[in-house]
Amino acid sequence: MDSLKVKTINDFINAGEKPEILFWVGSAGSFDERAKKITRAFVKILNKANINFAVLGEQESSSGDAAKRAGNEFLFQMQALMNIEILNSYDITNIVTTCPHSYNTLKNEYSDLGGNYKVTHHTEFISDLIKHGKLNLTTDFNYNKITYHDPCYLGRGNDIYEPPRDLIANLNIDFVEMPRYKRKSFCCGAGGAQMFKEAENGKFEINIVRTEEALKTGADVIATGCPFCNTMITDGVKNISEGQAQVKDIAELIAECI
Amino acid sequence: MQLSNIIFLLTFVIAISFFVKNLNKIISNIKLGKDINRSDNKDIRLKNMFRVALGQSKMFDRPIAAFMHLLIYVGFVIINIEVIEIIIDGVFGTHRFLAHVISPNLYSFLIATFEILAFLVLFSCLIFLIRRNIFKIKRFFGKEMTKWPKTDANLILIFEVFLMSVFFLMNATDQILQSKNVSHYLVAGSFPISSLFVGLFDGFSIETLILIERVSWWFHILGILGFLNYVLISKHLHIFFAFPSTYYANINKPGKIDNLSSVTKEVKLMLDPNADPFANADSVENVPTALFGARDATDLNWVQLLNSYSCTECGRCSSVCPANQTGKLLSPRKVMMDTRDRIEDIGNNKNEDKFLLGDYISNEELWACTTCNACTDACPINLDPMSIIIDLRRYLVMEKSSAPTELNNMFSNIENNGAPWQFPAADRLKWIEEQ
Repeated sequence: MDSLKVKTINDFINAGEKPEILFWVGSAGSFDERAKKITRAFVKILNKANINFAVLGEQESSSGDAAKRAGNEFLFQMQALMNIEILNSYDITNIVTTCPHSYNTLKNEYSDLGGNYKVTHHTEFISDLIKHGKLNLTTDFNYNKITYHDPCYLGRGNDIYEPPRDLIANLNIDFVEMPRYKRKSFCCGAGGAQMFKEAENGKFEINIVRTEEALKTGADVIATGCPFCNTMITDGVKNISEGQAQVKDIAELIAECI
Repeated sequence: MQLSNIIFLLTFVIAISFFVKNLNKIISNIKLGKDINRSDNKDIRLKNMFRVALGQSKMFDRPIAAFMHLLIYVGFVIINIEVIEIIIDGVFGTHRFLAHVISPNLYSFLIATFEILAFLVLFSCLIFLIRRNIFKIKRFFGKEMTKWPKTDANLILIFEVFLMSVFFLMNATDQILQSKNVSHYLVAGSFPISSLFVGLFDGFSIETLILIERVSWWFHILGILGFLNYVLISKHLHIFFAFPSTYYANINKPGKIDNLSSVTKEVKLMLDPNADPFANADSVENVPTALFGARDATDLNWVQLLNSYSCTECGRCSSVCPANQTGKLLSPRKVMMDTRDRIEDIGNNKNEDKFLLGDYISNEELWACTTCNACTDACPINLDPMSIIIDLRRYLVMEKSSAPTELNNMFSNIENNGAPWQFPAADRLKWIEEQ
């Protein structure tokens, strides 16, 4: 793989330039082993389309989504106000992110605290690149059938259902919906800070139920657009029947076709 | 005025005053909630109310139930036009007053419409009773569906079956009396349904027929007045409260959770190096400190309390809740019902040593929520059980520091190194070099 071209916001400042857009990597995208691959795939796409983007690097900090949903409003607002101060100090107005949780928090919850940004999810962003002819896909693809899991904070949370499906439509692969999709999609089990704790006692695990539903479609790729969903469903596939399907972020699938 | 008119007037006035008194009690309970500003975007709110409450748009996610529900709803609203006539007849001793003031054709059309609708209401109620008691549809059960909620649901349906039956009985006997030219029984109306039962009364004397007609008439109006009052202690309150609940519902993107302004003040003070923490010490002392989050129903806002009174206990929320559907304790419907039970108890000065959090809703229920918004999406009248869950979590974390250990670890990671995991900020770009 070619090395990735990534510039921090400080690189831009030092060169006296301004980035087109800021890529908010997110804590998962920065540290989680699986999510880092999604980050790399998205940057590969950004590089291919010659997007002049910046990352905050060391200056990025947790968006506060998990803290807020766990009830720690105090910690959330500390994070939010610090992040807003940094973003505003660099005059950032455009943000793209691969994480629906960061997307939701930055877009909807920072505005009341003085952070007003145009925030885009990477599926929206890539979809626009293709529409504007900035990205050409090869149709050479090794999968047979694909299904898509709607992340709650992208779908129900923010009404974004079509961009990921538009991208899949570009992939020259059979697409099949699960019984519960779009508004009726079933959570992967990670939201609301569940990612960071054991689930309460119950009869089943949420991610297993959802993964079974995905596998029953006969798809050999389960696509999603969220690092948390990815982790939960990857674990699900491992538990149910390892190797039956691969769990991929839409960005990874697109990156395989460029 | 005859004795029967006086009795009618008296009954009517007593029933209405009871209704107003008890409705006011509920409204004052709702006002025990914290203030929240929902007076913005009136046009969007009105549109939501018309679409979701009046138009029942979200009901149609489940088309069969929605169709039956619509029949009952339309039937019930339109048949109540007849109540106007019944009240006038009751007070002034007239009979079929409207037939005297509108054209015979229009009157016949109205009565025929009422009859057909009444039949559809009756039919739908019977189907609903069968679904609930014979097919035992899963979402009508669950641990919060104890004896009273189950009885309540059946009582409402039985009530409506009863009301529609006496309506037909009244019309059937009325038209026989009309055909026999009995004085007072003006020939008016068209009876497509009740005419089918006329044969049942062959050989009945005029006196018996008048008795049946009168008794049915009284049962019909007493039933309606009784039902009106019953609604206030029942989940059936949604027939009124669906309207304000949809009007005042959250209109932000569902993913957005409100920012606590009380917290913003404190955090800004902490982050501002020039702030003098004692600057407002005097004024602060005089203001009772508000809790962060909610411990009791009175710590919730009035929209959340209004929601709790509007809940129809249909269970659509719990039937899509990932925690509930995988056997966890959490049930968003229970959160709504507990909130209503608690604010009722507070309003009646009952269980004064208890709190919503802990005594009604347990920590285990709260921590099972994934904040996925399936419940708020599924609710046919835009109620928001998730906001109550979040407010109770806020109290647990910010006032009690009693989050599960793993979440406390996550909090300290964010505090110490700006990520929910234990990685230093200096490593944030390591992904660039890794394959």
